[in-house]
Amino acid sequence: MVPLRFLDSGEAMLVVEFGSTIDAALNERVLALDAALTRAAIAGVVETTPTFRSLAVHYEPLVIDRARLIDRILEAERQAEVTARPSRSWVFPCCYAAPHGEDLAEVAGRLSLTPERLVELHTGRPLRVHMYGFSPGFAYLGGLAPELAASRRAHPRPPHPADAVMIAGGMSAIAPLPMPTGWWVIGRTPEKVFALARDPAFLVAVGDEIRFEAIDADAFAMLAARAAAGEPVARVEDRR
Amino acid sequence: MTAALVVLAAGPGVTLQDGGRRGFSRWGVTGCGAMDPLAFRLANRALGNAAEAAAIEVAASGIEVTAEGCALDVAIVGGDFDIRLDGRRLAKAVALRLEPGARLAIRAGGRGAWCYLAVAGAIDLPPVLGSYATHTRSGLGGLDGRGLRPGDRLPVVGTRRVIETAAAIDGGGLDADGGPIRLVLGPQADHFAEDQIAAFLTRDWRLSPRSDRMAYALDGTPLVHARGHDIVSDAVAHGAIQVPGSGLPFVLMADRQPTGGYPKIATVIGADLGRMAQIRPGETVRFRAVSLDEAVAARRAVAERLARPVRTTPLVRTDLGAADLLAVNLVSGVVAAEDGPPPT
Repeated sequence: MVPLRFLDSGEAMLVVEFGSTIDAALNERVLALDAALTRAAIAGVVETTPTFRSLAVHYEPLVIDRARLIDRILEAERQAEVTARPSRSWVFPCCYAAPHGEDLAEVAGRLSLTPERLVELHTGRPLRVHMYGFSPGFAYLGGLAPELAASRRAHPRPPHPADAVMIAGGMSAIAPLPMPTGWWVIGRTPEKVFALARDPAFLVAVGDEIRFEAIDADAFAMLAARAAAGEPVARVEDRR
Repeated sequence: MTAALVVLAAGPGVTLQDGGRRGFSRWGVTGCGAMDPLAFRLANRALGNAAEAAAIEVAASGIEVTAEGCALDVAIVGGDFDIRLDGRRLAKAVALRLEPGARLAIRAGGRGAWCYLAVAGAIDLPPVLGSYATHTRSGLGGLDGRGLRPGDRLPVVGTRRVIETAAAIDGGGLDADGGPIRLVLGPQADHFAEDQIAAFLTRDWRLSPRSDRMAYALDGTPLVHARGHDIVSDAVAHGAIQVPGSGLPFVLMADRQPTGGYPKIATVIGADLGRMAQIRPGETVRFRAVSLDEAVAARRAVAERLARPVRTTPLVRTDLGAADLLAVNLVSGVVAAEDGPPPT
């Protein structure tokens, strides 16, 4: 295993870097350390931010100094348990049809795929939540079929709808809040990954898997109404 | 009638902020909070509030407020703004009692981009994800997740009378110390050759008008990356300096996205985040690299300064004549001030 690198971003954030690529195994180590550090509840650690291949530790250096923090991180790393399987496997309904799959035809054309084939590939395998970032509830999903590796748009498109399902740069994403984006909107889920009124506000944990299930526009309308009433419309699959 | 601070006028970018939204970066939620953490804390401390109580962050566009229901004791700290009570100009960092109907106007002054209007007691709005900080891009926090507008009414509970006489707050110009902005190199300084790091530290950079609460864009001679300008996205600290493909650096500020995919050449130290924030578009900035130990020492010095009692100087001796004070009813029954030396 590659040794950890410790990178400082100022005096109050230490980045624990496991590698420099997007890789499920690296991400598992990040999440294992994150869980171990959370369990350790170290005084002076303000919060941690897990990303694809590193864990950022925000700390108060007037409470715990850097050398002591690194000792505690190494101690937690020795106790970290890397699990091979996702904590939960979700099935998310997704409408790829008009009017929701706004960019589907265009990006399918760029990938030399029919829209039907694109949907087949996108629903064909479970995707893994590698991290959240960019905006509240924006989930980066890895494990996409290589045929769907579309490059990002040269120029951002106008704000996507809420709960957009997108692809770009070899990844997929669920984006709860409308924002201008360089990604391609291929569909929309009626489920709310982020809902302030719900407890928990964020539905899916990093490390969980999501499989998309194609639904038509009528089903979308019905499920979206149920989701708006606070009912869950994504489901957790049984483990085999 | 319940006490409230009522907004009579407000320009763009005036928001409610606090110490920031902590613990949710893992869900893609920005930390937000005050752009100038020192000035913000000092405003609260001057009133005996918790250091991170919610306060109004006033942008250069300005604000005008009045009190409703009862008099409110308020403090204003940050930069050098033009602060007027019913038209009379006050000191640049000031604590005063705002009577119902009196108009407190804060506009951009000689220096600085942000000041903080804190009120004794607590602004009574529901916290969102544990914080009052407004993030307008995602519509979270503050008042309906947006900037303040004329007609907005901020209810205040636990109002306290803490001000005997309108007073200048000593040390209000916390951010005025000159000198380059101090930074620590990294976390991705190794994406730049030595000569580019030297260029970054010796060049003058001009703050672009494209700057906002999210990022301060720097104009100047572009930097060259040694090995590409993309990294796999990782977390970004408040004050991290990101260099995208253009080679022109961005200082990532309070509303930064919690993760980013460009190399970060350096990070502004905590003690200088406020000074960085107070730079205005068009002004020039220089940087100086310090060690982590120096950054921690500077942080400690700031913490100690904030822990000391806030000292004030009654305005009667400085900016205002006693007759003015009585006329605007800044002082209720405090005539003793007239016994002092005549105003200069």
